[in-house]
Amino acid sequence: MASTTSPPFRLLGGRIPYVEGPLKVTGRAEYTDDIQRPGMLVGRLLRSPWPHARLRSIDASAARALPGVFAVLTGEKYPTPFGVLPITHDETAIAVDKARYIGDIIAAVAAADERTAERAISLIKVDAEVLPEYSDPRTGVTRVPEPIHARGLLGSNVQKEVVQHFGNVDAAFAQAAHTVRVRGNFAGVTHAFTEPMATIAESTPDGRLTVWSATQVPHYLHRALSEVLGIPMHRIRVIKPEVGGGFGGKSDPLPHEIVCAALSIETGRPVKILFDREDVFYTNHGRHPTQNDVRIAVDASGQIVGYDIEALIDGGAWSSFGTVTTYYNGVLAMGPYRVPNFRYHGRRVYTTKPPSGAMRAHGGTNIRYSVEVALDMLAEKIGVDLFDLRSRNALPPNSRTVNEFRITSTSFLKCLSAAREKSGWDAKFRKLPYGQGVGLGCGFYISGSNSPIHFTPKMPQSTVHLKADMDGGIAVHSMQADIGQGSNTLLAAIVAEVLGVDLDRVHVQRVDSDVSPVDLGSYSSRVTFMMGNAARVAAEELRDKLVRAAGALLERAPEQLEVAHERIQVRGHPEVGVSFLEALHRAMETSGALLATGSYNSPPMGGTFKGARAGTAPAYSFAAYVAQVSVDAETGEYRVSKVWAAFDCGRPLNRLAVEGQIEGSIHMGLGQVMGESMNYRGARLFNPSLLEYKIPMPQQMPEVEILLVGDDDPEGPFGAKEAGEGPLIATLPAVGNALYDAVGVRFTDLPITPDKVVKGIDQRIREGRSWKGR
Amino acid sequence: MPPRDPLRFRLNGQPVEVACEAPLVLLDLLREQLNLTGTKRGCDLGTCGCCTVLLDGRPTLSCLTLARLVDGREVTTIEGVTPPNGLSPVQRAFVQHGATQCGFCTPGFVVTATALLRDVPRPTREQIERAISGNLCRCTGFTKIVEAIAAAAGGKV
Repeated sequence: MASTTSPPFRLLGGRIPYVEGPLKVTGRAEYTDDIQRPGMLVGRLLRSPWPHARLRSIDASAARALPGVFAVLTGEKYPTPFGVLPITHDETAIAVDKARYIGDIIAAVAAADERTAERAISLIKVDAEVLPEYSDPRTGVTRVPEPIHARGLLGSNVQKEVVQHFGNVDAAFAQAAHTVRVRGNFAGVTHAFTEPMATIAESTPDGRLTVWSATQVPHYLHRALSEVLGIPMHRIRVIKPEVGGGFGGKSDPLPHEIVCAALSIETGRPVKILFDREDVFYTNHGRHPTQNDVRIAVDASGQIVGYDIEALIDGGAWSSFGTVTTYYNGVLAMGPYRVPNFRYHGRRVYTTKPPSGAMRAHGGTNIRYSVEVALDMLAEKIGVDLFDLRSRNALPPNSRTVNEFRITSTSFLKCLSAAREKSGWDAKFRKLPYGQGVGLGCGFYISGSNSPIHFTPKMPQSTVHLKADMDGGIAVHSMQADIGQGSNTLLAAIVAEVLGVDLDRVHVQRVDSDVSPVDLGSYSSRVTFMMGNAARVAAEELRDKLVRAAGALLERAPEQLEVAHERIQVRGHPEVGVSFLEALHRAMETSGALLATGSYNSPPMGGTFKGARAGTAPAYSFAAYVAQVSVDAETGEYRVSKVWAAFDCGRPLNRLAVEGQIEGSIHMGLGQVMGESMNYRGARLFNPSLLEYKIPMPQQMPEVEILLVGDDDPEGPFGAKEAGEGPLIATLPAVGNALYDAVGVRFTDLPITPDKVVKGIDQRIREGRSWKGR
Repeated sequence: MPPRDPLRFRLNGQPVEVACEAPLVLLDLLREQLNLTGTKRGCDLGTCGCCTVLLDGRPTLSCLTLARLVDGREVTTIEGVTPPNGLSPVQRAFVQHGATQCGFCTPGFVVTATALLRDVPRPTREQIERAISGNLCRCTGFTKIVEAIAAAAGGKV
């Protein structure tokens, strides 16, 4: 058969504008809230005003009696617990017995219009007994009077505890030449995507249920709807319209999606639930508020001999992805350096606050900050160049970590040298005037979780179907979820590349569970790697059918043929060939429309100990970023002027999209390090709006120089690895370490706001430590 | 509620006359009554800029604008800045430079940038940044949006 598609590529590796771009720039792209259904009702939610309360009784009679109200739902109707992880089903669609955070859903209404729905909500009377509020995870680690969930460990609010030990950490630290310790404190941050959550559900007389929802993971939503509503999956149809950003915030199946479906079942009418911005903030699922304590030991030469890590993670009211979070806050410290002895104690504690969950670079961000700051301190302490410290500890290609992560490709050393050279590091580090500095931060992230989040890991994690028909168009079906990162474009480009056809022949279909084969969606930075491989297999199957048909027309063996642009031709005789359409139509003579399928499942990997699968991935991305900052030492305000972002995503397949992911990641990482914070007083969120929760402005965005230095990954599609989440991580420590170079203060309490900068400088001066002559 | 005079204004170059209750905001009028869904609802509080339209040519947050206030005036939405066929230079530049990711903020940015380039045909980077500082984008870090607007101004696309 024709040889596999290999470089040079016609499309891949170039700058491929997003296929849906023209629809988005004209406002013609269809998001969930843009969809209207005949007779559609408005769904509204009554949310808990209490952080923790027992619901003694709910009187909805006045709401039900209001003209225009079609249904009022409370928790007892659909009490089946659910959650994104099969092992921690602790949520219900509507609170049953207890409300667990301000914003928890207590009741729901479907009414003819907004005003009636809101009036009905205001008529629902809740008799509640206020219970103790638990806003500080430290108070939840031991037995508490009223655990938030019955499943808390030993009567406490601990949702998950992880204890791992590889090698002998105590011995390593006892023999170490140097040790360093960083205690990091990280405020919670949230995704702040622009499109509020929206769901439409339509129960129809044929016994089916259709749900349109702004979701990153249509398949997990599909499963949760089925479990809670008691309807087999094949009678539920999940459709994903365009999604206005997710970053992890739309990856859990969310209660309102199930409530919306339940309201439609109750009323027999289509129902829409649209969130306002406060709903979005209270629903949260953002990055966990975290305290970590990181100790690193090295020998006299600067070789890492051990890590000893503790993390206390504020989970909020639900488990969400929290078990994964708890593991990740330890095990994602396993790269990019070799760590022979490793101990981790992590606890995620329920609090009566909005749930935290998965957010871009989930679990890998806060621990990375503390590790990279610790290495910066170590390099200074022992007088080793901090690039050398990192390069001499780098995990080599084709190696294993002490917890049995399989490292295949890594271009981490190339990242380090590119960042050093392009940033002009040697002329700047410790040499810039007071108030200016450069800092290095590195990164490591999974390129797709090896563990699917359901109980059937033998099934593929991604499947792609292709159909080519008389019109010469190729329809592509897959449940991969484009949420703006450009996966539809990559899917189309891979198919077009393999078949040799123009991109406009390839039509990626909207995700629709009735016709889209299962892909696990957009989380864990998995899509390029997994969907890309599935797409490649499917396209090669279709290509082989076309080549056989061309062979029949040309009276040549398939091995003698090659794919060229819109054409299949004889290798060495490009003048002898047939067009794509001629080959397609010949192939269709025997079968009608051509079909092809491709799938991907990651190979077996990881150890056999408890929790061994957490953090296993078919590949890992690596990063080395240098940030340059200038600080106003009087006001504490600072600006990041430039970031040199050396990133190993293997072979970048769409440079436009990879750049966009890196630039957007740096912006989001900058937000967390410079100012974003979910501000709680007790359990009450004080800044649930985009005015008070500030993401960086255009004027705060640094110049970004992107250095894509990755070698081909052996298993990634066409050599590619992830670029969606890993690029965020290195931003934070690069900025933190640059601030140290600028003003001589170590910051371990994020976000690093101007008041903390001033306080840090004052303290340094009080302690009599000068810095760069100041 | 006693019936009020209908609201009369020009919308994307055409005269319209609609019944309108007093508290209705322009965003709701556009999206819910007139079915112009290109204008997006991101916050209802004037914080995100997704609902930006032109009111008498000036970028305006439609979620904070009472519909009655547009009586006798000219409203241009994303649908109105889009040519009947193809794309405007700003729109072409946004596509070619990858300035859309999730696309939810994009109509607001396109409307804002269209007004900027009408008034300031060759804006500096600072002028672009100031013009778009009322529009939030969480995907792009604004980098490719600024590039696209600069490219559209330079006539490079």
